[in-house]
Amino acid sequence: MNAPVEFIPPRINVEEKLFQDRYRVDVGRPHIQVRDPQACKHCAKPCAVCCPAGCWSVTEQGGIDLVVDGCLECGTCRLVCDHDNVDWNYPRGGFGILFKFG
Amino acid sequence: MEKFDVIVVGAGPSGNAAAYTLAKGGLKVLQLERGESPGTKNVQGAILYADALERIIPDFRDSAPLERHVAEQRMWLLDENQSCTGATYRDARFSQEPYNRYTILRARFDRWFSEKVKAAGALVICETTVKELLRGDQGEVIGVRTERAEGDILADCVILADGANALLGERARLRPKVRADDMALAVKEVLFLPKETIEARFNIAGTQGVVIEIAGNITHGMVGTGFLYTNKDSVSVGIGCMLSDMKKQSLTPYQLLEGLKQHPSVKPLIEGAEMKEYSAHLIPEGGYKALPQLYGDGWMVVGDSAGFVNAVHREGSNLAMTSGRFAAETLIELQQAGKPFTSGNLAAYKARLDGSFVMADLKKYEEVPALLHDNPHILGTYPRVLGDAARAILTVDGQPKRDKQKQVLAELKGKRSLLGLLGDAYKFWRAFR
Ligand SMILES: Cc1cc2nc3c(=O)[nH]c(=O)nc-3n(C[C@H](O)[C@H](O)[C@H](O)COP(=O)(O)OP(=O)(O)OC[C@H]3O[C@@H](n4cnc5c(N)ncnc54)[C@H](O)[C@@H]3O)c2cc1C
Ligand code: SF4
Ligand code: SF4
Repeated sequence: MNAPVEFIPPRINVEEKLFQDRYRVDVGRPHIQVRDPQACKHCAKPCAVCCPAGCWSVTEQGGIDLVVDGCLECGTCRLVCDHDNVDWNYPRGGFGILFKFG
Repeated sequence: MEKFDVIVVGAGPSGNAAAYTLAKGGLKVLQLERGESPGTKNVQGAILYADALERIIPDFRDSAPLERHVAEQRMWLLDENQSCTGATYRDARFSQEPYNRYTILRARFDRWFSEKVKAAGALVICETTVKELLRGDQGEVIGVRTERAEGDILADCVILADGANALLGERARLRPKVRADDMALAVKEVLFLPKETIEARFNIAGTQGVVIEIAGNITHGMVGTGFLYTNKDSVSVGIGCMLSDMKKQSLTPYQLLEGLKQHPSVKPLIEGAEMKEYSAHLIPEGGYKALPQLYGDGWMVVGDSAGFVNAVHREGSNLAMTSGRFAAETLIELQQAGKPFTSGNLAAYKARLDGSFVMADLKKYEEVPALLHDNPHILGTYPRVLGDAARAILTVDGQPKRDKQKQVLAELKGKRSLLGLLGDAYKFWRAFR
């Protein structure tokens, strides 16, 4: 009948979205950490695809870079990591994302 | 050290229902919440089902921050050819009071519920993350450790109402780690529009609202759905997919959401809106087969932390509130009978769940997660075939309808063998009957 329309993934700047959100950042106390950065080098890096806040990015050296400031505290990165390499905690009480509407 | 009858961890719907019922029942309750105020960490579509809340706070309609009552439900199948096949159910009885379903915004709703909990007599402390559970000599749960200085607090029972990640139960080895296979990640935006614009675009007036559940190729073959709900002066739009699928492909959650927002059936509805919040949250969708142990010596688990979500009907908050109420009622009854909160006695909580819609509905759809997981084509092929069929039949181009029907059937058979079709139909019938 008709060929499927090709889906061109939209280019989205997630930071613009996060700019609308309110946070209380716990400076110098990241609540998520990579246990063994070496292990990330040989990984397909699902954390970088699945994180809804774009906190995880692939480095030029093929490793992973994590900046938790925009974290939405969903827990996804912990669950998609097959190497149990994400040391994941909730931020200290009162810190982190502050949803206005939810 | 101060000791409580019960500590409730979390101030979402399940924790609030539990703390409220316990306080009303005369127990000494402490509720701990990590957010600055209840609701600041929580995300939902969100549809509120009146029945579950009515059984806890019968006159909730007088004071709860409700957005709109659901006057119309739409079900849409969107395909990548930019078509939309759908069904609309509008019923004048949906707009007769008392209304049965409402749209809400969780940050506001949870804060309201928490005020009721405090008024009922519970001590509610926010900005406090529980780090772990405290255990006695026999492994029984005897309290919680918070991050605050001298932050150990004792109680005869701890109710885990800590939501989908269920970290506390996992760290105390009361349950296995939640699996990517049993979890969906949903992302959502709240888009503001003038009230009149919403009413005109959705054909509604007064407090009437429209909710749209959306499936099809917006998830690019992944098991998942989208939604669009009307609030008073905003629209909530979101999409969720199973993590086990999401981790195997290359589209980010915000790209999926953008794809939904850009679909020609959705775009005109949200045109010109101002986005004021972007959020994300997990939804436990493993169903009955993924349920963990629900109680033990000195503890019970309620709501999302237990995995009480009926993904087929997108119900979660009502199961959360009902399970929270059941946990509380169990404790009240035991205390009145002078019985300790041992595993044997807390089995009464499970019995209450078993005798209610919570377990009946979870059991009814127990095969659905596996069905969708093992048959991903169901969500991709059928919406496309439906869309193509409707397009072929409805396009007037001088071709006889008979030829068109043949063409549609040929198309369908090309995508799926007759046996495959029958098999799908049978599997569906079994899973949803
Ligand atoms: C996008 C989306 C759409 C949905 N749509 C619907 C819908 O339309 N209708 C519906 O009924 N359900 C819906 N659900 C499901 C519903 O949101 C959940 O089932 C419900 O919120 C579960 O309530 P809960 O109280 O168990 O968990 P939560 O609401 O997650 O509450 C858990 C609370 O515990 C706190 N907490 C967690 N850990 C700690 C700790 N260690 N210390 C202190 N506090 C802690 C959290 O901050 C939070 O306040 C939806 C879910 C999502 C994500
Ligand atoms: S998924 Fe785990 S191992 Fe892989 S890159 Fe991410 S954190 Fe590292
Ligand atoms: S918890 Fe969610 S938002 Fe935060 S870094 Fe992990 S995946 Fe990203």
